[in-house]
Parts: sequence; C-alpha cells; structure tokens
Amino acid sequence: MKGRFGIYGGQYIPETLMNAVIELEAAYEKFKNDKNFNDELEKLFNEYAGRPSLLYFAEKMTRDLGGAKIYLKREDLNHTGSHKINNVLGQALLAKKMGKTRLIAETGAGQHGVATATAAALLDMECVIFMGEEDTRRQALNVYRMKLLGAEVIAVKSGTATLKDAVSEAFREWTRRIADTHYCLGSVMGPHPFPTIVRDFQAVISKEIKSQILAKENRLPDYVIACVGGGSNAMGSFWNFIDDKEVKLIGCEAAGRGVDTFETAATITTGRAGIFHGMKSYFCQDKFGGIAPVYSISAGLDYPGIGPEHAYLNDAKRAEYVPITDEEAVAAFEYLSKTEGIISAIESAHAVAYAQKIAPTLPKDKIIVITLSGRGDKDCASVAKYRGVEINE
Amino acid sequence: MSNIKNAFAQGKAFIPFITCGYPDLETTAACVRAAVENGADLIELGIPFSDPTAEGVVIQEANLKALQGGVTTDKIFEFVKNLREEIKIPLVFMTYANVVFGYGAEKFLSTCAKIGIDGIILPDVPFEEKAEFLPLCQKYHVDLISMIAPTSENRIAKISSGAEGFLYIVSSLGVTGTRTEITTDLAPMIKIVRENTKIPCAIGFGISTPEQASKMSKLADGVIVGSAIIKIISKYDKDAAPYVGEFVKNIKAAI
Repeated sequence: MKGRFGIYGGQYIPETLMNAVIELEAAYEKFKNDKNFNDELEKLFNEYAGRPSLLYFAEKMTRDLGGAKIYLKREDLNHTGSHKINNVLGQALLAKKMGKTRLIAETGAGQHGVATATAAALLDMECVIFMGEEDTRRQALNVYRMKLLGAEVIAVKSGTATLKDAVSEAFREWTRRIADTHYCLGSVMGPHPFPTIVRDFQAVISKEIKSQILAKENRLPDYVIACVGGGSNAMGSFWNFIDDKEVKLIGCEAAGRGVDTFETAATITTGRAGIFHGMKSYFCQDKFGGIAPVYSISAGLDYPGIGPEHAYLNDAKRAEYVPITDEEAVAAFEYLSKTEGIISAIESAHAVAYAQKIAPTLPKDKIIVITLSGRGDKDCASVAKYRGVEINE
Repeated sequence: MSNIKNAFAQGKAFIPFITCGYPDLETTAACVRAAVENGADLIELGIPFSDPTAEGVVIQEANLKALQGGVTTDKIFEFVKNLREEIKIPLVFMTYANVVFGYGAEKFLSTCAKIGIDGIILPDVPFEEKAEFLPLCQKYHVDLISMIAPTSENRIAKISSGAEGFLYIVSSLGVTGTRTEITTDLAPMIKIVRENTKIPCAIGFGISTPEQASKMSKLADGVIVGSAIIKIISKYDKDAAPYVGEFVKNIKAAI
C-alpha cells in the first residue's frame, strides 16, 4: 500500500495539509528520476557539502577493543557538521522546483535547523525554525548559528518544550501557511511521503559505505550501527544493505537514565504501536494513548517516536534496536575523543557505545561500520555539565 | 444513521465545543447543562490529548490542564454515561487518533455506543485514513465525522459523498482559535458539498462572535464554536457555566 511499511506509515494529518503532501509526492515522483535534478543535487553534495564523506578505519579503537575491525562513516565531516545536510539539500532543492519560497523546520539538537538555515541561505529562501525552548537552552550555540544564517528561530513553549513539541508547532505553522511554504521535515518520519523522501536523500550514506568498504576490504561489513531518534541517519546507513541479509543492522536508541525509568526515549524498547505526527509507528505513550514525556541527554534523540520504516524493520526482524544510556553514551563520547581524536555528536556516541560492547566479543575478521552522524562541538557544554564541570561557552 | 440529524431538524444548529475535565468534570457537566438549556443543538465533547496538533494555544492549554487535573478516557466515559441520563441532544467526541487507537479502537467505539455517543471527530484522520476506524464506527453506529478545509479543492466531492453525520467545514487555514475575520470564500466550497451529499454541514474554526456566527449560518446548516467557549471557561474557571450559557444564548439568537 502506498506510503506504508507493513502496517506502519500512512498520512494521519489534518485535511488542511492533505493537498500539500499530495503535491509534494507528485513533485518528488517527477524529480526523483530527473537527470537535471539529480545532477544539481550531486553537485551540491560534492562541491558544497563535502561528499563523499570518509570511511575511516579506526585502527586504535580496533586494537584497543581487541575484536572486530571498526570503520567510522564520517558524516560529522559534512558541511554544517552532520548528516542532516543530505536531506535538507534534497528537500530544499525540491521545494525550490515546486516554486516554494519559504522553508520551515523543527529541530532538536539544532543540527537539522542549522542545515535547513544553511540551505535556505544558499538557495535564497526564507527560513523559520521551531525549536523547543528547553533545547534552545541546551543548544544555545546552534540557535546563534541559525540566526547568523538568516533564519528566524521560534522557541516552542508548549508541552515538554522539546523536539516533539517543535514538530507539532511546525505542523501547526504549515497548516497556517501552505502556499509558499515547504515543511522541511528532518527525519524519516511524519506523513507519507516524508519517510520515503528523507530515506532516499539519506541513502547516499549507505551507498558510499558500500562502495568504500568494497574498495578497502573487498567485502560487505558484518554490522552497520547507527543511532536512532526519528531515525534518518540510521535509515540512510541501512538502506542499501537491507537486501544483503548477512549484514546486521543495529539502531541505538537513547535510553536516557535507563529503560526501567520514566526518563528514557527508547521508543522500540519501551513504546508500542500508535498514531502521532502523521504516522503509525512505535511511540512512548501511556495506557490512554497520551504521548509520554521522554528524556535523553541527547536533544537529537529526545523524541517519543521512531520512523515507520524502522518500526517495520524491527517487526520484520531485519534490524535490531538496542537501548544505550546517557552514561554509556557520555563514556563513548569521551572514549572516541581520547582514542581516535574525534569528538562525535552525543547522538552518534550512542552508536559508538554499542560498538564498544560488541566489538570485543567478535573475532578479528569481522567488520563493524559505525555511522558518526555528526560532530560533537555542540555537546561539549552539556557533557561537561553531566560530569559536573561548568564551562562558559 | 445516528441522532445527529435531529440537531439540524429545527433550523440552524449551534454546536459548542467543550474540553472534558477543564478545569474539572463537574464544571464540564455544568457547562454542558447550561449550553443545552440555552439552545445548543449538539455538543462536541473534547477528550484531551497530550499533543493536540490541530489546536491553537487556547485549546492546547485546556487539554494540558485537564490532563494535569487527572482526567482520563475512562473517567470521561463514566461522566458521559451519567450525563446521558439528563442530556438528550446528540453528543459527539472530538479527539485524536491515538486516543482511540491507544485505548483499543473496538473497546473505545463499543463504549461510545453504550454511553450514547453519536459521532466522533478525529482531525488527524483524513479521508485517506478513514479505513483505520470506519468499519468499527459503522459496526457500533458512531458516525465518523469528515472535515473539509479551504485547501480541499478537488477533494471536496469525494469527501462529501461518503460522509456521515454532518460535515465539518473548516473555515480558515491554520489551527483552532478565534479570528477577527474569516476570509475564505466558503460559498463555492459548500455548493460542491451540497451537490454530493444530503447530510448537513456546519462551519467551525475561528468563530467567536454572534455577528460571525450569523454570517456563517447563512452559508451552512450549523455553526461550531470552540476556543471562544474555552476562553470563557478559562476566565471564570469553576463558575463558568452561567457565562457559557449566556454566550450560547447570544449565538443561538444570532443564527
């Protein structure tokens, strides 16, 4: 069925937005195989965003952990510092082709907001970013970056004042103003066609991993590990391996203070099927279907849902989803900094943490690829705080 | 076919919206009684949801406060069951997909039937997703109300032709909330509705004054007011009922 991944997905949105998503789908179908569009996007990827990103052999980490060989897919080296730019350049270009002049977006950690503001600046579009008030405090530097890029940043005070509320507010704004506005959704979530569009634009990650690992090792990896909030970097990292059944796909969810506490954002582990933000998927919720307040040290993973295709891959047992606590992620953040000289995003550190757990248990001829979805400059202050150190940004 | 048609049997219908449990269920009951005594023809009872994405700030706040006050779907079912003993006009629930889905759609809709709910409005369930709940709504004779928006255009005919109960015409772009002016040209939209269905249609979103209600009632069979009533409840809190009654009376007189 159109826009469905098994039972998940769909278009659970107000009638006001239906023609907008139908128009978006039609435009995407038209341009996705259009040579000019793809050439233009590839040029932006390669000459503006710095693609292809490196696949780096983490030799010290491999030696230190004493098991499987570890490679890092360096999305942190992209322009704007994360994988978010892949999707944003694709959607902004598509919106421009559709005649839209204004981009709106939600942001959690600020990475998607910064990427959207960047694309808007580059493509001469107006830009408004919705960010939970709580997150504007946690990620003050990114707020400044977005403003510097010419975007308006709206601090969302409703609900828990985090990512889910920013998404809700961006949807509300879209129903207010549709004609000239494209909602540049930042993850593989929301109503159809967003989960598909975002996946396709992020699929460049696994396309590159595949050719790079074949060039270096002449075989596919045994594991691909990525962090999952909404799940865009994970979906992009998994996509071109889904048919390669021997490649294990592992998504790392934010367990916050632990999956046995209420302060968690591990959706697959602690949630159940529900309908919210335009999609049927897994959600953290109470017994009456109220969306649960979630928590993670990582603003980018602090979301009560997960993209519908991940829900499907989980149920189909094609991918596995594991919870990683704040403590484990912070330790991995520090470990990667000291071992490889790479300060990754705290989101990505969730994937690093899981690799630290399994690498030592695997033989030396196994290969793990970890996607580093972003760089960690933005997280230094909150990690310092977690460790009891106050620093002035 | 539910009792909803009765609401439109004697001239233009007035449909007030009230969030259940805001500030508490006793106040909700008093407001419903006051609305009925003053001429309301059908009541839209909101079941609060944690993240009401189609609502403006006024109803968002009411949802949040109702939930903080401890209201739950089960308590609302019990409340409606008791209210039904005295309130005879049609009642519909307005809530979000996950409130129904998360409760268990069959359990939710069979309970609706038992306690005398005539219809349900789910703003995040458009035409394309109707199949999620429609079979169960039909099984339990709860009308699934369809909405038509200013952006519906080529969709109006297909939405109207299969619609049940009444058609909810969304007056303006955006979320719920009072507006000083409604600029959408609704007449051509309603013309297409009329060509495709015999069920009544009511206009909602943004209506707060008797003047606006009067103007809208000339176009449609009924008028829905939400945020303006919730504002009254937020102002007078537990003493809101007589003020809600007076508001309903003024609107009813104007349509």
